[in-house]
Amino acid sequence: MNIVVCVKYVPDAQGDRTFKDDNTTDREGVDGLLSELDEYAVEAALKLKESGEGEVTVVTVGPEAAADAVKKSLQMGADKGVHVCDDAIHGSDAAATSLLLAEAIKKSGEYDLVLAGLASTDGTMSVVPAMLAERLGLPQVTQVSTLEVEGGTVKGRRDSDVASDTIEASLPALVSVTDQINEPRYPSFKGIMAAKKKPVETWSLADLGVDAERVGLAGSWTKVTSFAKRPPREKGEIVTDEGDGGTKLAEYLAAQKFV
Amino acid sequence: MPTDESADLIELTREVCRRELAPRVDAAEAAGEMPREIFRTLGRSGLLSLPYDEELGGGGVPYEVYLQVVEEIASVWMSVAVGVSVHALTCFPTVTAGTPAQQESLLRDMLSGELLGAYCLSEREAGSDIASMRTRAVEHEGGFSIRGTKAWISHAGHADYYTSFVRTDDLGGKGLSCFVVPADAAGLTVATPERKMGLACDPVAEVTFDDVHVDADRLVGERGQGMQLALAALDAGRLGIAAAATGLAQAALDLAVRYAGERQQFGRSIGGFQGLGFMLADMEAAVSSARSSYLFAARLKDAGRPFSKQAAVAKLMATDNAMKVTTDAVQVLGGAGYTADFPAERFMRDAKVTQIFEGTNQIQRLVISRHLLNH
Ligand SMILES: Cc1cc2nc3c(=O)[nH]c(=O)nc-3n(C[C@H](O)[C@H](O)[C@H](O)COP(=O)(O)OP(=O)(O)OC[C@H]3O[C@@H](n4cnc5c(N)ncnc54)[C@H](O)[C@@H]3O)c2cc1C
Repeated sequence: MNIVVCVKYVPDAQGDRTFKDDNTTDREGVDGLLSELDEYAVEAALKLKESGEGEVTVVTVGPEAAADAVKKSLQMGADKGVHVCDDAIHGSDAAATSLLLAEAIKKSGEYDLVLAGLASTDGTMSVVPAMLAERLGLPQVTQVSTLEVEGGTVKGRRDSDVASDTIEASLPALVSVTDQINEPRYPSFKGIMAAKKKPVETWSLADLGVDAERVGLAGSWTKVTSFAKRPPREKGEIVTDEGDGGTKLAEYLAAQKFV
Repeated sequence: MPTDESADLIELTREVCRRELAPRVDAAEAAGEMPREIFRTLGRSGLLSLPYDEELGGGGVPYEVYLQVVEEIASVWMSVAVGVSVHALTCFPTVTAGTPAQQESLLRDMLSGELLGAYCLSEREAGSDIASMRTRAVEHEGGFSIRGTKAWISHAGHADYYTSFVRTDDLGGKGLSCFVVPADAAGLTVATPERKMGLACDPVAEVTFDDVHVDADRLVGERGQGMQLALAALDAGRLGIAAAATGLAQAALDLAVRYAGERQQFGRSIGGFQGLGFMLADMEAAVSSARSSYLFAARLKDAGRPFSKQAAVAKLMATDNAMKVTTDAVQVLGGAGYTADFPAERFMRDAKVTQIFEGTNQIQRLVISRHLLNH
């Protein structure tokens, strides 16, 4: 079975994340890494590969440094990588990104399953997998926390507050997975050494045959017009216990409609 | 870092430390629990077998790089770093003196990352004076029978095997031999762990061998080669302790610098007072010179040159410096440093043992002076 995993390179959430003058996320001034939510998709792919046979290809769209996300996936055990990298891509929104992913996946060869994470840890929109399925003409099984492939079908469970749905689709299909699905492995030192020898293709827009006008800031359908920092949390109310602490607490909770 | 892969290895170590060790260290140290699962995680990533050849199942990493991995781990969790170093020590005799058959039957598992070893050298009455040990192996048909008690054994009760040095002949230091004893061998028992000052997550206890039978193919190296193997293992092992002490001191320094920048007294941050600023400068100098000294010894070792004297220098320097730096870190934090609300006091307690085990620092001086005087 051939599995393609879409992975994203994101700014390290532990550092200071900033925006550039054109309202895009600053990806150069900060340390980046493989989006932690994508590690679950890579792990799911590796588990499927280990239980049968097949090959895992990881695909990323992003600046030069995004090669790190591919490298990390290869160190974890993926077999080969594709990195779509072109200055004209800068500022692409979710729709444009899904176009690039779709073209890269088509170019990368035969596939049975396309995997993606729940969301990226920087954009957190969760829409790219659905858009990608649409572009590839695949059934979409999104946000599942279990995954089984048997014969020509894929089955997964989507949990929500009120119910759990079991969703089944025929292959080839697109599946996005949540952080409940598995415990991603760390790379091993052997994996680090092996990754050096694994093939990584770097493709430009020209390689994909995508017109520059359909991507980037200009080709994107959505625009970020402004941004604001989340206001700092306000100081909580402190209840001083003068014998009536319990009553005051209960009154506060009642006023906030917690009880 | 000599290669891109070494840099990636350090990156991997930091990630495992940040995600797996850092969230657990405070609670585990307070409870004194051996974090066996952490060693499995490290093992699966290959971090328990780094310095040994790839053909043997190791990582084939130069000592220079392996020691920096140990330092990284120690800067987050000293007990775990010491455990990694002790495990490497337990593999050493089979790596250097094991037969090809033993390297297949014993070493593969030891380096697999799933097993954890213990190193049984010391006894109550034979600490610095190893050659006086009394635990004895008597040869009989098909193998040996071991009788006696080892003391101060790290990982006792948690280890999967015990690399043990015992007397096979009444020839003083020339009468010792090395055996790899499986933990489930009949007659091997572990006493209640010692109540120690620090390193709470490294359980240390007596291990008693009550006519423990070991097959002849578990004798590693020649009969009588034990002392030589034990000392050679310690030459390399000391570098692990030096690196761990350096990581511990770095953690104490980082904490002290952060605190000195934040804490206000007399209307300014205390780091602004020269009396404290100079103390921090001395701490930095102590940490940096400790790091230089273990890296120097490691490079000699990696180049295949004699490094025993330099390993003793590194162990002496790095552990004495760690004691000083961690003590000063408590001082920088003032009253807060003396409480268990900050890790400074744990750093100080953990530092003390590094001056004692794998050869006390008096013994390091003995080693260095003997090298100098050609004794
Ligand atoms: C936490 C911990 C973990 C340990 N883990 C292990 C382990 O896994 N395996 C193992 O085999 N051992 C282990 N040890 C034992 C450790 O290696 C010994 O404690 C150490 O070698 C010192 O031996 P001793 O305690 O008998 O002290 P002694 O040898 O009695 O020394 C007492 C004092 O006398 C000094 N002294 C002794 N001889 C001389 C001399 N010739 N010149 C000058 N001064 C001298 C020493 O420096 C020391 O200050 C561990 C110890 C501790 C505390």
